[in-house]
Order: sequence, then C-alpha cells, then structure tokens
Amino acid sequence: MDRTWIAIGTIADIPLRGARCVKTPQGKVAVFRTAENEVFAIEDHCPHRGGPLSQGIVHAKAVTCPLHNWVISLETGKALGADEGAVKTIPLRNDDGALFIALESLMMAAE
Amino acid sequence: MTEKLVIIGNGMAPGRMLEHLLEKAPGHYQVTIFNAEPRVNYDRIMLSPVLSGEKDYEQIIIHGDGWYIKHGITLYKGHRIVAIDRDARTVTSDHGVTESYDKLVIATGSVPFIIPVPGNTLPGVITYRDLDDVQAMLLAAQSREKAVVIGGGLLGLEAAAGLAGRGMDVTVLHVMPTLMDRQLDPAAGYLLQKELEGRGIKIVCKANTKAIVGSGKVEGIELDDGRIIPATLVVMAVGIRPSVGLAKEAGLAVNRGIVVDHGMQTSDGSILALGECAEVAGQVYGLVAPLYEMARVAASHLAGDRSAGFVHSDTPTKLKVTGIELFSLGDFADGDDREEIVLRDASAGVYKRLVLKENRIIGTVLYGETSDGAWFNDLKKKAVDIAEMRETLIFGQAYQGGAPLDPMAAVAALPDDAEICGCNGVCKGRIVSTITDKGLTSLDDVRAHTKASASCGSCTGLVEQLMTLTLGESYNPAAVQPMCGCTDLGHDDVRRLIKAKKLKTIPAVMQELEWKTSCGCAKCRPALNYYLVCDWPDEYADDYQSRFINERVHANIQKDGTYSVVPRMWGGVTNAGELRAIADVVDKFEIPLVKVTGGQRIDLLGIEKEDLPAVWADLGKAGFVSGQAYAKGLRTVKTCVGSDWCRFGTQDSTGLGIKIEKFMWGSWTPAKLKLAVSGCPRNCAEATCKDIGVICVDSGFEIHFAGAAGLDIKGTEVLGLVRTEGEAMEHIVALTQMYREQARYLERIYKWAKRIGLEEIRRQIIGDADKRKAYYDRFVFSQKFAQVDPWSERVSGKDKHEFKPMATVGYNQAAE
Repeated sequence: MDRTWIAIGTIADIPLRGARCVKTPQGKVAVFRTAENEVFAIEDHCPHRGGPLSQGIVHAKAVTCPLHNWVISLETGKALGADEGAVKTIPLRNDDGALFIALESLMMAAE
Repeated sequence: MTEKLVIIGNGMAPGRMLEHLLEKAPGHYQVTIFNAEPRVNYDRIMLSPVLSGEKDYEQIIIHGDGWYIKHGITLYKGHRIVAIDRDARTVTSDHGVTESYDKLVIATGSVPFIIPVPGNTLPGVITYRDLDDVQAMLLAAQSREKAVVIGGGLLGLEAAAGLAGRGMDVTVLHVMPTLMDRQLDPAAGYLLQKELEGRGIKIVCKANTKAIVGSGKVEGIELDDGRIIPATLVVMAVGIRPSVGLAKEAGLAVNRGIVVDHGMQTSDGSILALGECAEVAGQVYGLVAPLYEMARVAASHLAGDRSAGFVHSDTPTKLKVTGIELFSLGDFADGDDREEIVLRDASAGVYKRLVLKENRIIGTVLYGETSDGAWFNDLKKKAVDIAEMRETLIFGQAYQGGAPLDPMAAVAALPDDAEICGCNGVCKGRIVSTITDKGLTSLDDVRAHTKASASCGSCTGLVEQLMTLTLGESYNPAAVQPMCGCTDLGHDDVRRLIKAKKLKTIPAVMQELEWKTSCGCAKCRPALNYYLVCDWPDEYADDYQSRFINERVHANIQKDGTYSVVPRMWGGVTNAGELRAIADVVDKFEIPLVKVTGGQRIDLLGIEKEDLPAVWADLGKAGFVSGQAYAKGLRTVKTCVGSDWCRFGTQDSTGLGIKIEKFMWGSWTPAKLKLAVSGCPRNCAEATCKDIGVICVDSGFEIHFAGAAGLDIKGTEVLGLVRTEGEAMEHIVALTQMYREQARYLERIYKWAKRIGLEEIRRQIIGDADKRKAYYDRFVFSQKFAQVDPWSERVSGKDKHEFKPMATVGYNQAAE
C-alpha cells in the first residue's frame, strides 16, 4: 500500500543529539536526531508512565525518558535493559535532509 | 474477574508474596495495602548496616513508591488496621478508612518483647525493630554517651556493634552464660565475646535485669546482684512475639502465632496469614528464608494453585557485623547418638564444629572462617553419607579428593542445586543460567534478576565468585564502581583525569579515557558536563544536550509533561508588586496550581512548555529571575525574620540570607544545594537539616553543614563559629567550592562529607586560611560565567526551537 508522506521540516530543525515534537491528531510524535545524523520518529509517550520521550537525553540510538529513566530504543521502540514495554515507531523518510512521516490513521482519513 | 485483595502489613513477606502474585496472576486482584509504618517496603535485615553507616535508607528500599504505582497497588502508609469485620468482609484503619475484601492477608509481623521490669517505659528505652528505632539510636549516638543493650542474640549484638561504631560506650547484658546461645555452642560464643570485647564492647553474661532506673529519663540499669550500669540509652533486643492481637479480636484461631495450614490459610477461608505473625505446624519463624517460602506458597494459593505447601527447613544464621565471620546451622546440642568433629586454631581465631548423626551432618558451627558454610549446608540438606570423606571433612570442600583447591574451584565444584542465597532460596544453577541468558555483568544486575544477595547480602562473596566463574576474568569485583556502563572508571578517577590531562570537552574525555560507547549515556553525560563546567568555568562550552530536561528548559517537568516555574525570591522575601505580577501571570496563562514551597518560594504548576517563554517574559518585567528550583545548583536560602523584627533575633538573618543568595545564585553544584539562616538557636528557618545552614548567636555565626531532610533525615554537623558576616560568607563559599570540586555528580553534601570525613573538611576550611581563600577565589571566578539569568536569555530568543513543536500536521487531512 502506498503511504502518504507528510512533510514535517528539515533535519536542521532538530538539534544534534536532540529531539523535536510534531503535533498530530493522534497525539505527539517525537522526532530524534542522533550524533550520527540518523533520524527516527516514535510516539512521544513512554510505555512506562507516559513521559514525553522528546524531552529525554539522546544517546547512541536510544533516549532516556525524563520521568523515570527508562531507556527506549529509537529503532525498535522497545524498552532496553530490564524494563519491558514498547512504543510505536513511526515511518520516517529522510530525503537529503527533508523529513516526512507517515501516519496510518491519517492516511485513512485522507482517503 | 478482578477480586479485592487487602493486605495488612507491608513488610518483606507480603512484599515478596505480591511479587510472586503479580507474576503468576497479573490483574487478578485489585490490591490494597495498609502499612502501620509510614513508608514503603524495605529490607529489614539491612537495618544493622544502616545503623553502622555502611548503607543508607534508600539503598535498602525493596519497592519504591514507583513500584506500587506501576502495579496499580494502593498503599496506605501510616495506617494501622484496628478492626477486621469478618461478616462484612471489611477492615478499618485508625484513620477511619474502611476497605472491603474478597481475600485478606494478615502480615502484621511481630512486636519486640519488652521485659517486664520497673522503668521499662522511661524515655531512652527503645527496641530494635524498624527504621524509626534505628533513627532513634542514631540520634542518641550523637551524644557519644553510654548505651546498654539487653540481649546478646543476633539483633542485640548487631545493635551493640552499630552503636559502638557510632562512638557510644556500649555494654551488652545477656541472661545466658554465653552469647548467641541459640545459634552458637559455648566455644564459639566465647570466641565471639573475646572479639567483641576487643572492639571495646563490654559484655556481661548471666545478667538479670532487675530494673531500669532514672527520673524522667533513663539513667542506668540495675542488675539483680545490685550492680548499677549507667546508660542514657537502653536497647531491648531480647526477642520478638508474633503480633496476633488483631487476629485474636477477629476471632481467628490463634496460638503463639496466627494458626495457618500448610497453604497459609487461617481458620477463616477468606483470610491468609504469613510472615512472623503466622504459626505453621506449631512453629513460628523469624528468619527471612522461611518467610519468603511462606510468601511463595501464599501467592500460589491466591493465584488458584492449591498444590503448593510450606515445608520446614533449617536456615543458616549469620551475624552481620563487619569483620566477624560466623555461620550456624541446624542442631548442635550434645547427645548420645551424636558425634562431632572439631577444629580449633586459636592463633587464627578459627573454630569449626560439625555435629554428625549416623554419618550425616545435622549441625554446623563455623567461626572465623565460614567459606565452607554453603557446602556443609548442601551436605546436610541432602543428607549425604560422609563416611568416605570423614577424615578431611572438617577442612572443607577444598580438601576433598586429596589436593587443596582454590576458592574458585570450591564454588565451581558446587552442584547446580546448591543453595547460594539462603534468604531468597536461589541456587547456583539459577544464578549461572540467568547470568548467561541475560548477559548480566554486574552484581546489581544479578540482584535485580535473581534476587540472590539482595536481602542480607552475606552471600555476596559467593555470588561474585559465581560471576567470575561464569564471566571469566573480565569480572573484577574489587574494582571501583564505574560511573556507568560506558566506562570502567569511577567518578573520582574521571574527575582526577579531567584535571590531570586537561580534558576540556565531553568528546575529549570520551576519547582520552576510552569510553566504550560512541556518545555516552544519560548517566555519564550530565556528570561529565558538570565536571567540565566546574573545572574549566571560563573555557568549557556547556553541552546543552547533556543536561537533564529541567536544566535544558529551566523549569521542572511534571508527570503530565507540563512544567512548574519558581521565580527567585531572595531570602524568601517578596512584596506587593511581585505578588501582583505573579497573580497576573496566573490569570493570564490560566495556571492551575499556585503552591508555596518548603524553601519559601512560590511554585506555579501546570504550565505548558510552549507558554514558558511568555510566562518568563511577564515575570521578568516585574524583576523576577529564575529561582533555579530545577538545578543541580544553588536552590534557595531560607531565612527567618531575624533581629529586624524578632524579639529573640541575635543577628540580621534575613539580610545575611539575601546576601548569600545574591552571591551564590547561578552556581552549579554536584547535587542540589539548599541553605538556610536562622536568627537565633530557636532555628525557625530550620537551618540544621540543610546542606549548609547558619545559626546566628550573640557572639557571631555558627556554620553548619551536611544535614538532610529527604530520603534520609540527618541533623547538620558544626563546621565552626565565626564572628562577622564577612567571615561567614567566606567559609560558606569556600565549603561550597570544596564540595563542587570533590563530590561525585548527584552526591549530596552530607554523603560527600561522610565519605571524605568531617575532620578533613574542618581542617581545610577552618584550619587552613590559605586553602579557604583559594577555594573562595575559585568560586568567585567561576561565578563570573555562571550568573546569567537563563529566563531572560530565553525570552530574548535562545533555544527557541525547544519551546515550539517542529510541525503540526494531519489536522487538515483529517478534516477533509
């Protein structure tokens, strides 16, 4: 199925080893930029107590939640270490720095 | 269907039961706990290390508040259940809360036995049972006076050693001829007594207490032979009694304890009992291993599996006094059908005794050298016929098969089902397989996943040997605790090397000190950022992305992702204009909660992140700067009204507080730093539980430090008395700088002080004027770069991206 890609800005909008939020009707999406310039998008909602992951410290391909220090993999959305839980990962396309995300229910609404 | 489970008591047994229950039947019960103690579940076995100062309260917490929240458990702290209505199936607490149950678990534990002698209710007579008792003992120990411990058993001796370690002059009174007579034979009891006496503890055996004497408070103990032993503190540690009053009133069958069957069920089918209050097959228990076994059984039954049954087993006893090796197991009384093997080495202080019956071990006492305890325990448990190795049995496992083995080989030779952790019933095979399966590399990990060594800790050595065995030489238990998984270096080494190698950026530190990860983690990066800010104030460029969110956006993140904002009110003083400006901001931004803090500030809670710059802009116009209530840095200086207003005030405490705050604001410190200045010893500003406090007196200013009033409660220590405000300022600033330069990140001043020693701090700050001046100058220099109001910076546009979403998408599409 073809995805509808929604433009959200450019990689330069996100600080290195940082994150920004994108507001969507389904809630906030956190978009991360690692030290290696990789970009990931996941739900901005920690599986533990719903902390805003976009506010956490970014290290390697993971973020540490600011509320209770759960470490979440940016690649898989899964909690690392002894904790168990996962957030949804959001498809993200990086066209030479221009960033797009795809939201499933948005696509349905747009159809 | 969800059933209601109510638990009375929140000790280790019900805590463990809940862990099992959550695993076996998640979501089956809606759980409510009533705890008469005003706290969470902590490791009671570790009270002695807390008393001796080897651990603190937070290190012995088993379930923090977060655990209860995570599992949706309601915990009423400080609620004592006063009535059980079995017909209505409800319980009622002393605060009037009534809760209904489908299943009720009684885990009321035990109460210390108070010997019935005159004077036993005098102030200064305490028991040794919970954290409150430990805190009472620690408080009493500050006097360095005389203490008497009644009871020479496990608890009494641990209390005595702890109090002696805290500087008290301790006498132990024991009614039997030798110490720990229930666990040790007379020979080992004698060795133990010699050892304790060598440490300055006086021991009186065959001592019958006749009365506790004193008018208004304890002054001493009178023995029945007429001797009087002076004391300002009396600790009763003569035993415990199951706490059964509540169950009795409810009409349950009660004997010595609450009578339960092998499935932990009481005489009422809806009510279970476990822990020290329960009596199973005529026996009550006080050691943790059988209590945990009860927890396992109770959880199985609650989860619907009725096959589990409690089985009695002997539990080894160990004394948790550093430097004393002692192990006792099973039955070691003399008897016609018994034989014994004894080894004594007087010069090495070693005594070993095995009691045999029909070529099987039934009891063991080891003193001075206990490494074979686990092996003897295993032989006893499995009732191994030892006839073959009888000649060398007493020398231990290492000597079986002719050649001595090294200790590692002894552990390696243990069978997989040999019990390593007696408290938690964890065997060797389980530890080894968990290490391998989960890739564990640290002792903390092993504790988290297997529970081995997570209770009393006396098997830590064995667990570490197993880790070395499983992980090879890469595991080195003697090594310093590394900062985090990214490095093998500890905080102190990193701080030293940053200075020595002149490392001035985080990448430089990671490169030169061979970090194992590409860009660190959320533990090491904030620490490194602080160390670099502190050591190179003029050269280091703060790494924004290595700061915790609160320090990045200069507000405190709340559980719902909103923020709280605290404007600075110097010394806690404000005025009508400031209050009006705050009121206007509250109205304009519809701020849901305005709250006065413990540090005499006003907290505005529930502000959306996007609104922060506008809120700051309005506050800034009224002259407010950031109160830095989010910082690992100078927070607040709390003051009383002092000599300007108070009829008791001796100095201008408000004025001094404001001066200190204006001088020190903006400085980053290893952990938060809270100060207070009180105008007289009545201490209305509560300066004696602060990181640094000042008590004004007629002759000057008494400077205090290293207090705590959070997870730990600790009165301050006195640094010294100075005459003038200027001197007070210099001492406070120098002390702060010494702490900034030496402490580990997130280490509060009281923990740092404990680690490096109060005398060393007094020597440098009070005794050495040059050192003090140098510290002071370095602080003043670093303040040049630190005193920038972060709010006005952000109002003028700094870090703009932080406060706006990157994009808002999907609303159009969705609307179409």
